[in-house]
Amino acid sequence: MDTLNLARWQFGITTVYHYFFVPLTIGLAFIVAGFQTAWYRSKDERYLRLTKFFGKLLLINFAMGVATGIVQEFQFGMNWSAYSRFVGDIFGAPLAMEGLLAFFLESTFLGLWIFGWDKLSPRIHLATIWIAAFGTFLSAYFILAANSFMQHPVGYRINPVSGRAELTDIVAVLTNKVAIVTFPHTILAAFLTGGAFVLGIAVWQLVRHPDRDRSAFRSAAKAGAIVVVIAALGVAISGDRQAKVMTEVQPMKMAAAEALYGTKNNAGFSIFTVGTLQGDSEVYSLRIPGLLSYLGTGDLNGKVEGINNIQAAYEAKYGPGNYTPNIALTYWTFRLMIGIGMLAALGALWVLWAMRQGRMLSGRWWVRAAVVLPFTPLLGNSFGWIFTEMGRQPWIVFGLMPTSAGVSPGTGVATVLISLIGFTLIYGFLAVIEMKLLVKTIRAGLPDVPRAALVGGGDNDGSDGNGDGEPGANGGPAEGHSDGERQLAFAY
Amino acid sequence: MELTTLWFCLIAVLWIGYFVLEGFDFGVGILMPFLARNETERRVMINTIGPLWDGNEVWLLVAGGATFAAFPEWYATLFSGFYLPLFLILVSLIFRNVAFEFRGKQQDTTWRAWWDRAIFFGSLLPAVLWGVAFANIVRGVDIDAKKEYVGSFFDLLNPYAILGGLVTLSLFVTHGAVFISLKTTGEIRVRARAFAATSALAAAVIALAFLGWTYGQRRDAQHVVWFVVLAVLAAACLVAALVAIRAGREGWAFVGTAATIALAVAALFVSLFPDVMPSSLSPTFSLTTTNASSTHYTLKIMTWVAVAFTPLVLVYQGWTYHVFRQRIGTEHIPGPPSPSPSPSSPGQQPPVRVQDDPVTTDV
Repeated sequence: MDTLNLARWQFGITTVYHYFFVPLTIGLAFIVAGFQTAWYRSKDERYLRLTKFFGKLLLINFAMGVATGIVQEFQFGMNWSAYSRFVGDIFGAPLAMEGLLAFFLESTFLGLWIFGWDKLSPRIHLATIWIAAFGTFLSAYFILAANSFMQHPVGYRINPVSGRAELTDIVAVLTNKVAIVTFPHTILAAFLTGGAFVLGIAVWQLVRHPDRDRSAFRSAAKAGAIVVVIAALGVAISGDRQAKVMTEVQPMKMAAAEALYGTKNNAGFSIFTVGTLQGDSEVYSLRIPGLLSYLGTGDLNGKVEGINNIQAAYEAKYGPGNYTPNIALTYWTFRLMIGIGMLAALGALWVLWAMRQGRMLSGRWWVRAAVVLPFTPLLGNSFGWIFTEMGRQPWIVFGLMPTSAGVSPGTGVATVLISLIGFTLIYGFLAVIEMKLLVKTIRAGLPDVPRAALVGGGDNDGSDGNGDGEPGANGGPAEGHSDGERQLAFAY
Repeated sequence: MELTTLWFCLIAVLWIGYFVLEGFDFGVGILMPFLARNETERRVMINTIGPLWDGNEVWLLVAGGATFAAFPEWYATLFSGFYLPLFLILVSLIFRNVAFEFRGKQQDTTWRAWWDRAIFFGSLLPAVLWGVAFANIVRGVDIDAKKEYVGSFFDLLNPYAILGGLVTLSLFVTHGAVFISLKTTGEIRVRARAFAATSALAAAVIALAFLGWTYGQRRDAQHVVWFVVLAVLAAACLVAALVAIRAGREGWAFVGTAATIALAVAALFVSLFPDVMPSSLSPTFSLTTTNASSTHYTLKIMTWVAVAFTPLVLVYQGWTYHVFRQRIGTEHIPGPPSPSPSPSSPGQQPPVRVQDDPVTTDV
């Protein structure tokens, strides 16, 4: 394998792996903030325990997301230095903004949230988780704006002397129409992911331990299911909008998504195909007539360009070459994204139906469903990203730079191979550890909370220190900083 | 001031912020096996940086992102050229990051011992390698006419660079020891103070040798006078920190070690200017603030963003340090996290709803 392929594999593996943790963190951060808000408002202990339980799971994921996120930022320079030189003037800006505006918010306020239970007033403490959650939004927007430039470059010019792309309009880059439609799709998919995670765990608890914290987990299951259903609806609507923009700016990707070789009006969407995807060698396919045309143009009879036409047009425009992405990969990932992603919505509706009017969930099937549920949107997300990145090929920046030209010219095969193997082994190892910790935490169920927290999160009741605590520590959280013997509310 | 110069300064500030802040995080991680004698003491040390380390590490991400945005050629040459050291740094940071989060999640001595190793090596390697990387930048590496690094990994391990690695290691360890003495109570504090009093001396000797050698390397630099001034000031601050820690003035000692790191990094950046990565092949191949920079327009946008948001970040990050200003001692460390019914002990009762014991207050 050459450096190019190794670098591509490394990018793919790191991105897919990183993207298991990102949507889960975004979705969970908001759901945990929701539980904490419910507790803050109602003072119902259930919600506090749910906050702490899902908060713990959130943090395990966040740690992994941060750790792999650094690799994401560094690998542009390490493996893709020619790309970095070419687009740095444009691409670096949203990345730097993401760091300054979003990463600082997320990590600082999450740190305050984790360790601040006894140091901040309940109100401020609640605000910290919302700010951290908001930070994930900002982060998503900037990185999607950067990615959207690769899909649909805007707000730039090519410097005739240096040959580099230069920023001419930052507003155009940040309001790229691809970014505008991708952001809601991505965020809603993150909510879908977080919701399915909460739902799966709650259902598992309700079936496995029907007498343990039933009311709390019923609330969690309902909250998770409702988030999933609403998010799934939003994912579908935003995905439809996205498909139209994609058809307009990257027609080849849309054609590849359906393996549509000849241009067609009233183009159908095949649920699956038997046989190869090379144009006319299809054995059997189950088709919904007109759906592809509708996805692409908003009209059942709209014209969708086929691969052959677009290939010819690109050859005329960019010179001889193969401008067709890997069709089998784009075809199947597109379907799997939609299908597997939407499974979660069906699961959620099923749970809501089964739990109606206080009904109990029971039976082995529920356990299986509960285990499968959280994984469906995770896989859907992966397929979505694999589709959108592979569907852009052979370009690294659509229409401007082929992927093969973006790789670091001076980096040897051995070097990339070492880091590829190294990272992959580490990711695999950490995935095992992460699963082990998640399972352990999930099995343990809701944590207990000390009475101090129940009365409002502060330390205004001197009697619930550690028995011999300072009785005078009743001045509210703001004054609770003396070097007394009161234990920390949270410690690593 | 030219925007390219301004951004050179801003990137210097970001690296200074990163080294001053994560410098003590690294120091704490490296000192854990030496200053802590039991599990509770190890937890005391980890929790001194518990709420802070993640925010500190963001300085690195922003330094990287800002370099990408303001000096794409610098980012591209540096990151692709210093590939393997950066790979090692990334691996270290990955393990160290998850170690903080994961080590307490299992009541198992072996489990914790392994994560403690991850914290130690995950702190040690970057502490050395950042020094190696920066020394190589200052010394100049083989950069060709296409701005590509053409040397090998082993070229980066030259004596000057290794001395640079020892400088960052000794400074971070001293900085970390002073930080621990400032943030803990009891025996750890005493041990940390004693350690800092010795390691500051070693750091002073190593740093002086390095700065002297750097003077030899960059004698012809444009602002060599300023380099000397900053280097002397850095040395003076380290001596002041040494005096302060021996006098038991931990706060001042911390100001001293922080200032030492800040001034030493500033001195290195000043010695570079206007180069950002000198080429050892030919001065005409060197990356400079001009030939490595983004366009004026991009720099202008980024300047506005930096002006608008950096103060905000400083305020809330400063506030975090204020919120967690309390000293920590072994008496503050809660017991093991909530007793979870482990699969190995079936029949265990579910935990009681509400306990008087706050040890279970774990997120």
